[in-house]
Formats: sequence, C-alpha cells, structure tokens
Amino acid sequence: MTDDPLDVAERWAKEGRRVALATVVDTWGSAPRPVGSHLVIDGEGAFEGSVSGGCVEGAVIAEAVEIAAGAPAKLLEFGVADETAWEVGLSCGGTIRIFVEPLAAGEGAAA
Amino acid sequence: MKLSDLKAVNAARTERRLCAVITPLDGSEGRVVFAADAASDPLAGVLARRFASGTSGREAEAGVFVRIHRPSPRLVVIGAVHVTQALAPMAEAVGFEVTIIDPRGAFATEERFGAFDFHAEWPDDALMKLDAETAVVTLTHDPKIDDIALLAAMKADCFYIGALGSRKTHAKRIDRMTAAGVSEADMSRIHAPIGLAIGAASPPEIAVSVLAEVIAALRGAETKAAAPERRAA
Repeated sequence: MTDDPLDVAERWAKEGRRVALATVVDTWGSAPRPVGSHLVIDGEGAFEGSVSGGCVEGAVIAEAVEIAAGAPAKLLEFGVADETAWEVGLSCGGTIRIFVEPLAAGEGAAA
Repeated sequence: MKLSDLKAVNAARTERRLCAVITPLDGSEGRVVFAADAASDPLAGVLARRFASGTSGREAEAGVFVRIHRPSPRLVVIGAVHVTQALAPMAEAVGFEVTIIDPRGAFATEERFGAFDFHAEWPDDALMKLDAETAVVTLTHDPKIDDIALLAAMKADCFYIGALGSRKTHAKRIDRMTAAGVSEADMSRIHAPIGLAIGAASPPEIAVSVLAEVIAALRGAETKAAAPERRAA
C-alpha cells in the first residue's frame, strides 16, 4: 500500500471507482512540480499526488471529475499570462500544461 | 490511459524495469514500451534519447507525451567506514536507496549504520541485488571483500563502479583482476581512484566527491574534473 499516484489509481480502479489521471506535460519558468508529475482523481473528487504543489489542483480536480465521469481527455494550461491562472493561484510565475485523461477499463481508446 | 497499461507500468516499476508510457495528447489510445522493445517502436529515436537521459517530456512533432518510468537508483556501499557515514545519508537525500555491506565485525556496528539497509555479511548477489540502475562503491581497502563486489558489478552492468584506493593500489588491482581473466574493457569501467578531483581532504569530503561522480554517471554528464591520469594505472 503506497501513496504513489499510479499505485493509488490501480487500487481505486480495482475498487470500482471511476478514475482520471492528470500529468504535467510541459513547464516553463518556475513551475513547482516537474514534468511527469501525476495527480490521480476519482469521480467524487478524492485525489492523490500533485501537479503544482497546490496552486492549480482545485481547477484540475474540477475538470478531472468530469473526465472521470466520461468527458473526453483535455489539455489544460495555466500560466501568468492567463487570467484564470491567477484566479486559481499559479502565482509562482511559471506556466504549466497538464493533460487530464480517463483511466479506461475497457479495450477502447482513452477518449 | 488503459487500465491494462497502468497495471503493466506498475508491475514494471515493482520489478525495476525501465519503461515508457506514450500518451497522444489528442486523447487517442496510448501505449507502454519497455526499454528492451524500444528499437522496434515507431518512436525509436525519441525513446532511445529519453531512456538514456531518464527524462519525460512532450514530443511536439509526434503530438505525444512520453513519460519515462525509471527505477529509483540504488547505491551499494561495500565497507562500513568513515566515508560511508557521510556518504549514506547524503545519497539518501539525493534519492538513492542505500545498502551498506561489511563483513568485518569491528567496523560493522549497528549503532553507526542501523538506520540504513545494513548487512554485517560478505557481499553476495542476493544481498547486493545489482542491476543497471545500481551504483557500486567499494571502500574497505580489503581486496578479499572489494573484489567480489567489483566483479559482480561488472557482470550486472552497474551504471557506476568505483573503488577507493591510490593509483598504486589500483595498479595492483588491475594486475590481480587481469590475471583472474577480467578484460581490459571491464577494468576500465572502474572509477579509481574514486571520486571527482575536488581536493577532498577528509572522509566527508571524499563522500561528496564520490557522490558527485555517481550523480554525473547517473545523468550521463561529462566529468571534466576527473583528470584522465586519475583513472590510469
């Protein structure tokens, strides 16, 4: 039993929960978490891991709940040039791109 | 990501196998590629580069994100000596899983090394668990102990092999191991005298120089500080 997001994702899927996976795919400037960092979210908004050290988690989780419930995968971008980024609080001066995708139990494509 | 892919990745991480997850950013189906199969993948060039550096990243041209899952590096230290007392906690701070092995009872005190994965036994394969993501550092000054680990490290293709001792000691080591059938190519993989040339004057300073050299090997960095004559016999 670990807190590692990918282990948690597998465990949650086994429990029958709907799961979405968020991954930092690009960073510029002083992004708080490195490329490849994962955040795993279930349909109820429970989460494990980190994509920004707290700055944009709330916004990512809100999108991820939709995606866990069946919405298509989405590429999110947060940065100082983006007013919504300020709203959600990426005030550390960096820009990050986060890909949020469903964990697909079946054979089909992820989206 | 498919659940079957996630399971494959988690199994690979448990088994310390290098793999990559390729995720198309348009939401289409991704795939898991193991390092051993990378050459036959459509993105073979990208994967070769990323497996070598261990870094994840977006590939704009291919429209994918490549997540490299590299096993956490291990450091096996042969010799529970003063250098080890500084080296072990620093290596842990850097992210290495540290194992310390020394069969000599007088040195091998639980008091000094109890906080680490410490074994007061002879180094053997089961204890060392060597692989390509492991660095081996021998510090006992006792060839009977050190040589076992050095030979095992060559066989396991460890990413770093270092041996404490002067040039003279290393010259004797080369004679001894060459006579035992070790190739020149394998001998040249041993960093000896060990560590970057930073003028280390105390055991903790030697630990810094050793750890810096291990990190340079891990990241594939050129180590200009290690003058060629330091490696020579």
